[in-house]
Amino acid sequence: MSTQPRFDRTRRLGRDDLARLVAAEIPPGSYLNLGIGQPTRVADFLEAESGVILHTENGMLGVGPQAYGDDIDPDLINAGKIPVTETPGAAYFHHADSFAMMRGGHLDVCVLGAFQVSFGGDLANWHTGAADAIPAVGGAMDLAIGAKEVFVLMTLFSKDGSPKLVPKCTYPLTGVACVSRVYTDCGVFVLTDHGVVARETYGIGRDDLAERLRICFVEA
Amino acid sequence: MAIVLGDADEAVAGIADGSTVLIGGFGTAGQPIELIDALIRTGSVDLTVVSNNAGNGQVGLAALLANGQVRKIICSFPRQVDSYVFDELYRAGKVELELVPQGNLAERMRAAGAGIGAFFSPTGVGTPLAEGKECRTIDGRDYVLEYPIKGDVALIKALRADTLGNLVYRKTARNFGPVMATAAKITVVQVSEIVQPGGIDPEVVITPGIFVDRIVKILGVSPLAEAGAAG
Repeated sequence: MSTQPRFDRTRRLGRDDLARLVAAEIPPGSYLNLGIGQPTRVADFLEAESGVILHTENGMLGVGPQAYGDDIDPDLINAGKIPVTETPGAAYFHHADSFAMMRGGHLDVCVLGAFQVSFGGDLANWHTGAADAIPAVGGAMDLAIGAKEVFVLMTLFSKDGSPKLVPKCTYPLTGVACVSRVYTDCGVFVLTDHGVVARETYGIGRDDLAERLRICFVEA
Repeated sequence: MAIVLGDADEAVAGIADGSTVLIGGFGTAGQPIELIDALIRTGSVDLTVVSNNAGNGQVGLAALLANGQVRKIICSFPRQVDSYVFDELYRAGKVELELVPQGNLAERMRAAGAGIGAFFSPTGVGTPLAEGKECRTIDGRDYVLEYPIKGDVALIKALRADTLGNLVYRKTARNFGPVMATAAKITVVQVSEIVQPGGIDPEVVITPGIFVDRIVKILGVSPLAEAGAAG
Protein backbone atom coordinates (compact mmCIF):
# COMPACT_ATOMS: atom_id res chain seq x y z
CA MET A 1 0.00 0.00 0.00
CA SER A 2 1.33 3.43 -0.85
CA THR A 3 1.95 6.05 1.76
CA GLN A 4 -1.20 7.03 3.56
CA PRO A 5 -2.02 10.63 2.73
CA ARG A 6 -2.46 12.88 5.76
CA PHE A 7 -5.63 14.90 5.90
CA ASP A 8 -6.99 17.46 8.31
CA ARG A 9 -9.52 15.45 10.33
CA THR A 10 -11.32 18.60 11.42
CA ARG A 11 -12.65 19.27 7.93
CA ARG A 12 -14.70 17.30 5.46
CA LEU A 13 -12.69 15.75 2.65
CA GLY A 14 -12.92 17.45 -0.73
CA ARG A 15 -13.53 15.41 -3.87
CA ASP A 16 -9.88 15.20 -4.86
CA ASP A 17 -8.73 14.27 -1.37
CA LEU A 18 -11.38 11.57 -1.19
CA ALA A 19 -10.23 10.12 -4.51
CA ARG A 20 -6.61 10.40 -3.31
CA LEU A 21 -7.48 8.51 -0.12
CA VAL A 22 -9.18 5.67 -2.01
CA ALA A 23 -6.30 5.46 -4.48
CA ALA A 24 -3.82 5.09 -1.64
CA GLU A 25 -5.80 2.14 -0.26
CA ILE A 26 -5.93 0.08 -3.43
CA PRO A 27 -3.50 -2.78 -2.81
CA PRO A 28 -0.49 -2.71 -5.18
CA GLY A 29 -0.87 -5.00 -8.15
CA SER A 30 -4.67 -5.05 -7.95
CA TYR A 31 -6.95 -5.50 -10.91
CA LEU A 32 -9.28 -2.57 -10.37
CA ASN A 33 -12.55 -1.41 -11.91
CA LEU A 34 -13.76 2.14 -11.38
CA GLY A 35 -17.42 2.98 -11.75
CA ILE A 36 -18.50 5.89 -13.90
CA GLY A 37 -18.62 9.38 -12.39
CA GLN A 38 -16.70 10.21 -9.21
CA PRO A 39 -14.96 6.82 -8.84
CA THR A 40 -13.20 7.42 -12.17
CA ARG A 41 -11.23 10.22 -10.44
CA VAL A 42 -9.44 7.61 -8.35
CA ALA A 43 -7.38 6.77 -11.43
CA ASP A 44 -5.86 10.26 -11.38
CA PHE A 45 -4.24 9.52 -8.03
CA LEU A 46 -2.93 5.99 -8.56
CA GLU A 47 0.85 5.93 -8.44
CA ALA A 48 2.49 4.25 -11.41
CA GLU A 49 4.68 2.11 -9.17
CA SER A 50 1.58 0.65 -7.50
CA GLY A 51 1.20 -1.63 -10.53
CA VAL A 52 -2.59 -1.37 -10.36
CA ILE A 53 -4.19 -2.52 -13.63
CA LEU A 54 -7.43 -0.85 -14.61
CA HIS A 55 -10.26 -2.88 -16.10
CA THR A 56 -13.12 -1.40 -18.08
CA GLU A 57 -16.30 -3.39 -18.63
CA ASN A 58 -16.34 -2.66 -22.36
CA GLY A 59 -13.44 -4.99 -22.90
CA MET A 60 -10.04 -3.76 -21.81
CA LEU A 61 -7.37 -4.27 -19.17
CA GLY A 62 -4.60 -1.70 -18.86
CA VAL A 63 -6.68 1.41 -19.36
CA GLY A 64 -4.54 4.54 -19.45
CA PRO A 65 -5.35 8.20 -18.78
CA GLN A 66 -8.08 10.10 -20.60
CA ALA A 67 -7.21 10.96 -24.22
CA TYR A 68 -7.23 14.52 -25.47
CA GLY A 69 -6.83 16.19 -28.86
CA ASP A 70 -5.13 14.09 -31.50
CA ASP A 71 -4.97 11.12 -29.14
CA ILE A 72 -8.76 10.71 -29.16
CA ASP A 73 -9.77 7.47 -30.86
CA PRO A 74 -13.51 6.69 -31.08
CA ASP A 75 -12.69 2.97 -30.86
CA LEU A 76 -10.90 3.41 -27.53
CA ILE A 77 -13.28 4.44 -24.75
CA ASN A 78 -14.01 3.53 -21.15
CA ALA A 79 -17.28 2.49 -19.51
CA GLY A 80 -18.31 6.13 -19.25
CA LYS A 81 -17.72 6.38 -23.04
CA ILE A 82 -14.88 8.81 -22.43
CA PRO A 83 -11.89 8.50 -24.80
CA VAL A 84 -8.95 6.89 -23.04
CA THR A 85 -5.46 5.63 -23.88
CA GLU A 86 -3.83 2.23 -23.60
CA THR A 87 -0.87 1.36 -21.41
CA PRO A 88 1.93 -1.06 -22.36
CA GLY A 89 0.64 -4.57 -21.71
CA ALA A 90 -2.99 -3.65 -22.29
CA ALA A 91 -5.39 -6.32 -23.54
CA TYR A 92 -8.72 -6.20 -25.36
CA PHE A 93 -11.46 -8.82 -25.11
CA HIS A 94 -15.15 -9.23 -25.83
CA HIS A 95 -18.03 -8.59 -23.49
CA ALA A 96 -18.62 -12.16 -22.33
CA ASP A 97 -14.97 -12.43 -21.28
CA SER A 98 -15.06 -9.00 -19.68
CA PHE A 99 -18.05 -9.92 -17.53
CA ALA A 100 -16.54 -13.32 -16.74
CA MET A 101 -13.71 -11.32 -15.15
CA MET A 102 -16.26 -9.32 -13.17
CA ARG A 103 -18.80 -11.96 -12.23
CA GLY A 104 -16.20 -14.68 -11.83
CA GLY A 105 -14.38 -12.98 -8.96
CA HIS A 106 -11.23 -12.10 -10.87
CA LEU A 107 -11.22 -8.39 -10.09
CA ASP A 108 -9.59 -7.51 -6.78
CA VAL A 109 -11.42 -4.26 -6.14
CA CYS A 110 -14.12 -2.15 -7.68
CA VAL A 111 -15.03 1.37 -6.61
CA LEU A 112 -18.62 2.41 -7.20
CA GLY A 113 -20.78 5.42 -6.55
CA ALA A 114 -24.02 4.98 -4.61
CA PHE A 115 -27.37 6.52 -3.80
CA GLN A 116 -27.51 4.46 -0.62
CA VAL A 117 -25.55 1.76 1.20
CA SER A 118 -27.09 -0.19 4.07
CA PHE A 119 -25.25 -0.99 7.29
CA GLY A 120 -25.27 -4.60 6.11
CA GLY A 121 -23.60 -3.75 2.80
CA ASP A 122 -26.59 -3.69 0.46
CA LEU A 123 -25.97 -1.31 -2.43
CA ALA A 124 -28.44 0.93 -4.28
CA ASN A 125 -26.86 2.86 -7.13
CA TRP A 126 -28.80 2.33 -10.36
CA HIS A 127 -32.32 3.63 -9.98
CA THR A 128 -34.05 6.17 -7.81
CA GLY A 129 -37.33 4.33 -8.25
CA ALA A 130 -38.98 7.55 -9.45
CA ALA A 131 -41.93 6.79 -11.71
CA ASP A 132 -40.73 8.97 -14.58
CA ALA A 133 -37.10 7.86 -14.41
CA ILE A 134 -35.76 5.76 -17.27
CA PRO A 135 -33.93 2.91 -15.59
CA ALA A 136 -30.39 2.02 -16.68
CA VAL A 137 -28.26 -0.58 -14.94
CA GLY A 138 -25.23 -1.21 -17.16
CA GLY A 139 -22.63 -3.35 -15.43
CA ALA A 140 -23.34 -2.18 -11.89
CA MET A 141 -25.04 -5.37 -10.73
CA ASP A 142 -22.29 -7.59 -12.13
CA LEU A 143 -19.59 -5.51 -10.44
CA ALA A 144 -21.43 -5.38 -7.13
CA ILE A 145 -21.58 -9.15 -6.76
CA GLY A 146 -18.43 -10.03 -8.64
CA ALA A 147 -15.41 -8.10 -7.40
CA LYS A 148 -13.57 -9.49 -4.37
CA GLU A 149 -13.91 -6.12 -2.61
CA VAL A 150 -16.53 -3.51 -3.35
CA PHE A 151 -15.68 -0.02 -2.17
CA VAL A 152 -18.23 2.76 -2.37
CA LEU A 153 -17.17 6.38 -2.86
CA MET A 154 -19.93 8.89 -2.15
CA THR A 155 -20.95 11.90 -0.10
CA LEU A 156 -22.31 10.74 3.24
CA PHE A 157 -25.36 12.99 3.10
CA SER A 158 -27.62 13.81 0.18
CA LYS A 159 -28.39 17.39 -0.78
CA ASP A 160 -31.40 17.43 1.54
CA GLY A 161 -29.20 16.30 4.43
CA SER A 162 -30.47 12.74 4.69
CA PRO A 163 -27.86 10.05 5.28
CA LYS A 164 -26.88 7.75 2.44
CA LEU A 165 -25.47 5.14 4.83
CA VAL A 166 -28.75 3.74 6.12
CA PRO A 167 -30.20 0.85 8.15
CA LYS A 168 -32.08 -0.36 5.06
CA CYS A 169 -31.99 0.94 1.50
CA THR A 170 -35.19 2.57 0.28
CA TYR A 171 -34.02 2.73 -3.35
CA PRO A 172 -34.08 -0.39 -5.53
CA LEU A 173 -31.08 -2.60 -4.81
CA THR A 174 -28.11 -3.21 -7.06
CA GLY A 175 -26.70 -6.02 -4.93
CA VAL A 176 -27.19 -7.62 -1.53
CA ALA A 177 -24.54 -7.53 1.25
CA CYS A 178 -21.80 -6.76 -1.25
CA VAL A 179 -20.13 -3.53 -0.04
CA SER A 180 -17.09 -3.86 2.23
CA ARG A 181 -16.00 -0.25 2.69
CA VAL A 182 -17.62 3.15 2.29
CA TYR A 183 -15.43 6.20 1.65
CA THR A 184 -17.17 9.51 2.19
CA ASP A 185 -16.42 13.17 2.72
CA CYS A 186 -17.28 12.73 6.42
CA GLY A 187 -15.52 9.47 7.17
CA VAL A 188 -14.45 5.98 6.19
CA PHE A 189 -16.64 3.08 7.23
CA VAL A 190 -15.74 -0.59 7.25
CA LEU A 191 -18.75 -2.88 7.02
CA THR A 192 -18.18 -6.08 8.99
CA ASP A 193 -20.27 -9.09 9.95
CA HIS A 194 -20.72 -7.65 13.44
CA GLY A 195 -21.51 -4.06 12.42
CA VAL A 196 -20.19 -0.81 11.02
CA VAL A 197 -16.75 0.41 12.07
CA ALA A 198 -16.16 4.16 11.78
CA ARG A 199 -12.48 3.91 10.93
CA GLU A 200 -11.96 7.66 10.81
CA THR A 201 -14.10 10.76 10.55
CA TYR A 202 -13.63 14.12 8.87
CA GLY A 203 -15.16 17.36 10.01
CA ILE A 204 -17.50 15.71 12.51
CA GLY A 205 -16.98 13.74 15.72
CA ARG A 206 -17.74 10.04 15.94
CA ASP A 207 -20.54 10.52 18.45
CA ASP A 208 -22.23 13.28 16.44
CA LEU A 209 -21.95 11.15 13.35
CA ALA A 210 -23.46 8.14 15.12
CA GLU A 211 -26.39 10.30 16.14
CA ARG A 212 -26.97 11.66 12.64
CA LEU A 213 -26.78 8.17 11.14
CA ARG A 214 -28.78 6.65 14.02
CA ILE A 215 -26.21 3.92 14.40
CA CYS A 216 -24.07 2.35 17.10
CA PHE A 217 -20.63 1.91 15.61
CA VAL A 218 -18.72 -1.19 16.60
CA GLU A 219 -15.00 -1.48 17.33
CA ALA A 220 -12.76 -2.89 14.62
CA MET B 1 -20.09 -20.44 -45.61
CA ALA B 2 -19.70 -16.68 -45.53
CA ILE B 3 -20.30 -14.63 -48.64
CA VAL B 4 -19.00 -11.22 -49.57
CA LEU B 5 -21.67 -8.80 -50.72
CA GLY B 6 -21.40 -5.62 -52.72
CA ASP B 7 -23.11 -3.15 -50.44
CA ALA B 8 -24.90 -2.77 -47.14
CA ASP B 9 -28.35 -3.07 -48.74
CA GLU B 10 -27.55 -6.51 -50.10
CA ALA B 11 -26.02 -7.45 -46.74
CA VAL B 12 -29.21 -6.79 -44.77
CA ALA B 13 -31.68 -8.03 -47.41
CA GLY B 14 -34.41 -10.34 -46.14
CA ILE B 15 -34.72 -9.13 -42.54
CA ALA B 16 -38.41 -9.83 -41.96
CA ASP B 17 -40.91 -7.84 -39.94
CA GLY B 18 -40.88 -9.02 -36.32
CA SER B 19 -37.23 -10.14 -36.40
CA THR B 20 -34.96 -10.07 -33.39
CA VAL B 21 -31.89 -8.09 -34.39
CA LEU B 22 -28.69 -8.12 -32.32
CA ILE B 23 -26.79 -4.87 -32.90
CA GLY B 24 -23.18 -4.56 -31.78
CA GLY B 25 -21.58 -1.58 -30.16
CA PHE B 26 -20.98 0.11 -26.83
CA GLY B 27 -22.21 3.62 -27.37
CA THR B 28 -20.97 4.36 -30.87
CA ALA B 29 -17.78 2.26 -30.59
CA GLY B 30 -18.37 -0.81 -32.72
CA GLN B 31 -21.86 0.24 -33.73
CA PRO B 32 -22.44 -0.88 -37.35
CA ILE B 33 -23.90 2.45 -38.45
CA GLU B 34 -23.98 1.70 -42.20
CA LEU B 35 -25.72 -1.66 -41.70
CA ILE B 36 -28.31 0.03 -39.49
CA ASP B 37 -28.83 2.70 -42.15
CA ALA B 38 -29.46 -0.10 -44.64
CA LEU B 39 -31.89 -1.76 -42.21
CA ILE B 40 -33.77 1.54 -42.06
CA ARG B 41 -34.04 1.51 -45.86
CA THR B 42 -35.60 -1.99 -45.79
CA GLY B 43 -38.53 -0.56 -43.84
CA SER B 44 -38.80 -3.74 -41.74
CA VAL B 45 -40.97 -3.10 -38.70
CA ASP B 46 -41.97 -4.62 -35.38
CA LEU B 47 -38.31 -5.37 -34.65
CA THR B 48 -36.91 -6.45 -31.32
CA VAL B 49 -33.46 -4.90 -30.99
CA VAL B 50 -30.83 -6.25 -28.61
CA SER B 51 -28.00 -3.81 -27.99
CA ASN B 52 -26.14 -2.44 -24.99
CA ASN B 53 -27.51 1.07 -25.37
CA ALA B 54 -30.55 2.62 -26.98
CA GLY B 55 -28.96 4.93 -29.50
CA ASN B 56 -26.88 8.08 -29.46
CA GLY B 57 -27.78 11.34 -31.13
CA GLN B 58 -29.74 10.85 -34.33
CA VAL B 59 -27.66 8.29 -36.19
CA GLY B 60 -27.55 4.51 -36.32
CA LEU B 61 -29.70 2.84 -33.69
CA ALA B 62 -31.26 6.18 -32.73
CA ALA B 63 -32.34 6.72 -36.35
CA LEU B 64 -33.83 3.20 -36.48
CA LEU B 65 -35.83 3.99 -33.35
CA ALA B 66 -36.89 7.38 -34.68
CA ASN B 67 -38.16 5.69 -37.82
CA GLY B 68 -40.65 3.68 -35.77
CA GLN B 69 -39.27 0.26 -36.75
CA VAL B 70 -38.55 -0.99 -33.25
CA ARG B 71 -41.25 -2.51 -31.05
CA LYS B 72 -38.99 -3.58 -28.20
CA ILE B 73 -35.43 -2.97 -27.09
CA ILE B 74 -33.46 -5.29 -24.82
CA CYS B 75 -30.50 -3.43 -23.35
CA SER B 76 -28.56 -2.62 -20.20
CA PHE B 77 -28.10 1.14 -20.37
CA PRO B 78 -30.67 3.04 -22.43
CA ARG B 79 -30.36 6.38 -20.71
CA GLN B 80 -27.41 8.46 -21.83
CA VAL B 81 -26.75 12.14 -22.31
CA ASP B 82 -27.58 11.82 -26.01
CA SER B 83 -30.32 9.15 -25.93
CA TYR B 84 -33.13 11.68 -26.43
CA VAL B 85 -34.71 9.75 -29.30
CA PHE B 86 -35.21 6.67 -27.14
CA ASP B 87 -36.20 8.73 -24.09
CA GLU B 88 -39.05 10.40 -25.94
CA LEU B 89 -40.36 7.16 -27.47
CA TYR B 90 -40.15 5.36 -24.13
CA ARG B 91 -41.98 8.09 -22.25
CA ALA B 92 -44.66 8.11 -24.95
CA GLY B 93 -45.08 4.34 -24.55
CA LYS B 94 -44.03 3.74 -28.15
CA VAL B 95 -41.19 1.35 -27.40
CA GLU B 96 -41.02 -1.49 -24.91
CA LEU B 97 -37.91 -1.84 -22.74
CA GLU B 98 -36.46 -5.00 -21.23
CA LEU B 99 -33.64 -3.91 -18.97
CA VAL B 100 -30.93 -6.55 -18.48
CA PRO B 101 -27.73 -6.25 -16.45
CA GLN B 102 -24.90 -5.95 -18.93
CA GLY B 103 -23.14 -9.17 -18.00
CA ASN B 104 -26.39 -11.12 -18.16
CA LEU B 105 -27.06 -9.56 -21.56
CA ALA B 106 -23.68 -10.77 -22.86
CA GLU B 107 -23.98 -14.17 -21.21
CA ARG B 108 -27.53 -14.74 -22.47
CA MET B 109 -26.25 -14.27 -26.01
CA ARG B 110 -23.17 -16.37 -25.31
CA ALA B 111 -25.47 -19.12 -24.05
CA ALA B 112 -27.60 -18.88 -27.19
CA GLY B 113 -24.52 -19.24 -29.36
CA ALA B 114 -23.12 -22.10 -27.29
CA GLY B 115 -26.27 -24.20 -27.20
CA ILE B 116 -26.93 -23.68 -23.50
CA GLY B 117 -30.60 -23.99 -22.46
CA ALA B 118 -30.41 -21.58 -19.51
CA PHE B 119 -27.97 -20.70 -16.74
CA PHE B 120 -27.91 -19.54 -13.14
CA SER B 121 -26.33 -16.11 -12.67
CA PRO B 122 -25.53 -14.41 -9.35
CA THR B 123 -26.08 -11.00 -10.97
CA GLY B 124 -29.31 -9.28 -10.02
CA VAL B 125 -30.19 -11.54 -7.08
CA GLY B 126 -32.33 -9.64 -4.57
CA THR B 127 -32.99 -6.78 -7.00
CA PRO B 128 -36.06 -5.76 -9.01
CA LEU B 129 -34.45 -7.23 -12.14
CA ALA B 130 -34.74 -10.74 -10.67
CA GLU B 131 -38.40 -10.44 -9.73
CA GLY B 132 -40.51 -13.30 -11.03
CA LYS B 133 -37.48 -15.32 -12.03
CA GLU B 134 -36.57 -18.75 -10.71
CA CYS B 135 -33.89 -18.65 -8.01
CA ARG B 136 -31.70 -21.37 -6.63
CA THR B 137 -29.07 -21.62 -3.91
CA ILE B 138 -25.99 -23.52 -5.05
CA ASP B 139 -23.13 -24.13 -2.58
CA GLY B 140 -24.58 -21.46 -0.32
CA ARG B 141 -24.79 -18.76 -2.98
CA ASP B 142 -28.00 -17.45 -4.55
CA TYR B 143 -28.51 -17.41 -8.29
CA VAL B 144 -31.24 -16.39 -10.72
CA LEU B 145 -32.18 -18.38 -13.81
CA GLU B 146 -31.52 -16.58 -17.08
CA TYR B 147 -32.50 -17.72 -20.55
CA PRO B 148 -30.60 -17.34 -23.82
CA ILE B 149 -31.26 -14.48 -26.23
CA LYS B 150 -31.22 -15.73 -29.80
CA GLY B 151 -31.14 -13.39 -32.76
CA ASP B 152 -32.63 -13.85 -36.17
CA VAL B 153 -29.90 -11.54 -37.39
CA ALA B 154 -26.78 -9.99 -35.88
CA LEU B 155 -25.39 -6.75 -37.29
CA ILE B 156 -21.82 -6.18 -36.15
CA LYS B 157 -18.71 -4.22 -37.07
CA ALA B 158 -15.16 -5.50 -37.25
CA LEU B 159 -11.91 -4.07 -38.55
CA ARG B 160 -10.96 -6.72 -41.08
CA ALA B 161 -12.36 -9.94 -42.54
CA ASP B 162 -10.97 -12.52 -44.87
CA THR B 163 -13.33 -13.89 -47.50
CA LEU B 164 -14.06 -16.88 -45.25
CA GLY B 165 -15.43 -14.59 -42.56
CA ASN B 166 -12.58 -14.77 -40.08
CA LEU B 167 -12.61 -11.49 -38.19
CA VAL B 168 -10.37 -9.21 -36.22
CA TYR B 169 -11.68 -6.19 -34.39
CA ARG B 170 -10.22 -2.92 -33.20
CA LYS B 171 -9.66 -1.91 -29.57
CA THR B 172 -12.81 -1.47 -27.46
CA ALA B 173 -14.97 -1.50 -30.60
CA ARG B 174 -14.81 -5.30 -30.25
CA ASN B 175 -17.22 -5.32 -27.27
CA PHE B 176 -20.36 -7.36 -28.13
CA GLY B 177 -19.36 -8.29 -31.71
CA PRO B 178 -17.80 -11.72 -31.10
CA VAL B 179 -20.64 -12.76 -28.77
CA MET B 180 -23.43 -11.60 -31.07
CA ALA B 181 -21.78 -13.29 -34.04
CA THR B 182 -22.37 -16.65 -32.37
CA ALA B 183 -25.95 -15.99 -31.29
CA ALA B 184 -27.84 -15.24 -34.51
CA LYS B 185 -29.12 -17.33 -37.40
CA ILE B 186 -27.54 -14.86 -39.82
CA THR B 187 -24.54 -12.76 -38.85
CA VAL B 188 -23.79 -9.75 -40.98
CA VAL B 189 -20.51 -7.92 -40.49
CA GLN B 190 -19.28 -4.63 -41.86
CA VAL B 191 -15.53 -4.22 -42.09
CA SER B 192 -13.02 -1.65 -43.29
CA GLU B 193 -11.00 -4.20 -45.22
CA ILE B 194 -11.47 -7.63 -46.79
CA VAL B 195 -8.43 -9.81 -47.42
CA GLN B 196 -7.88 -13.21 -49.02
CA PRO B 197 -7.67 -16.37 -46.90
CA GLY B 198 -4.25 -16.33 -45.26
CA GLY B 199 -4.33 -12.57 -45.00
CA ILE B 200 -5.10 -12.81 -41.29
CA ASP B 201 -2.74 -14.71 -39.01
CA PRO B 202 -4.80 -17.68 -37.76
CA GLU B 203 -3.40 -17.09 -34.25
CA VAL B 204 -5.07 -13.69 -33.99
CA VAL B 205 -8.49 -14.50 -35.45
CA ILE B 206 -11.07 -13.37 -32.88
CA THR B 207 -14.28 -14.55 -34.58
CA PRO B 208 -13.79 -17.68 -36.69
CA GLY B 209 -15.61 -17.57 -40.00
CA ILE B 210 -18.03 -20.34 -39.01
CA PHE B 211 -19.98 -17.68 -37.09
CA VAL B 212 -20.19 -15.25 -40.01
CA ASP B 213 -22.62 -15.34 -42.94
CA ARG B 214 -22.40 -12.05 -44.80
CA ILE B 215 -19.50 -9.64 -45.13
CA VAL B 216 -19.57 -6.17 -46.59
CA LYS B 217 -16.78 -3.66 -46.90
CA ILE B 218 -17.85 -0.17 -46.01
CA LEU B 219 -15.75 2.52 -47.60
CA GLY B 220 -14.85 5.53 -45.60
CA VAL B 221 -15.33 3.94 -42.21
CA SER B 222 -13.45 5.85 -39.55
CA PRO B 223 -10.00 6.66 -40.95
CA LEU B 224 -8.71 5.83 -37.51
CA ALA B 225 -9.89 2.27 -38.00
CA GLU B 226 -7.85 2.10 -41.18
CA ALA B 227 -4.77 2.94 -39.17
CA GLY B 228 -5.38 0.01 -36.83
CA ALA B 229 -2.86 -2.66 -36.04
CA ALA B 230 -2.31 -5.28 -38.74
CA GLY B 231 -3.67 -8.75 -38.16
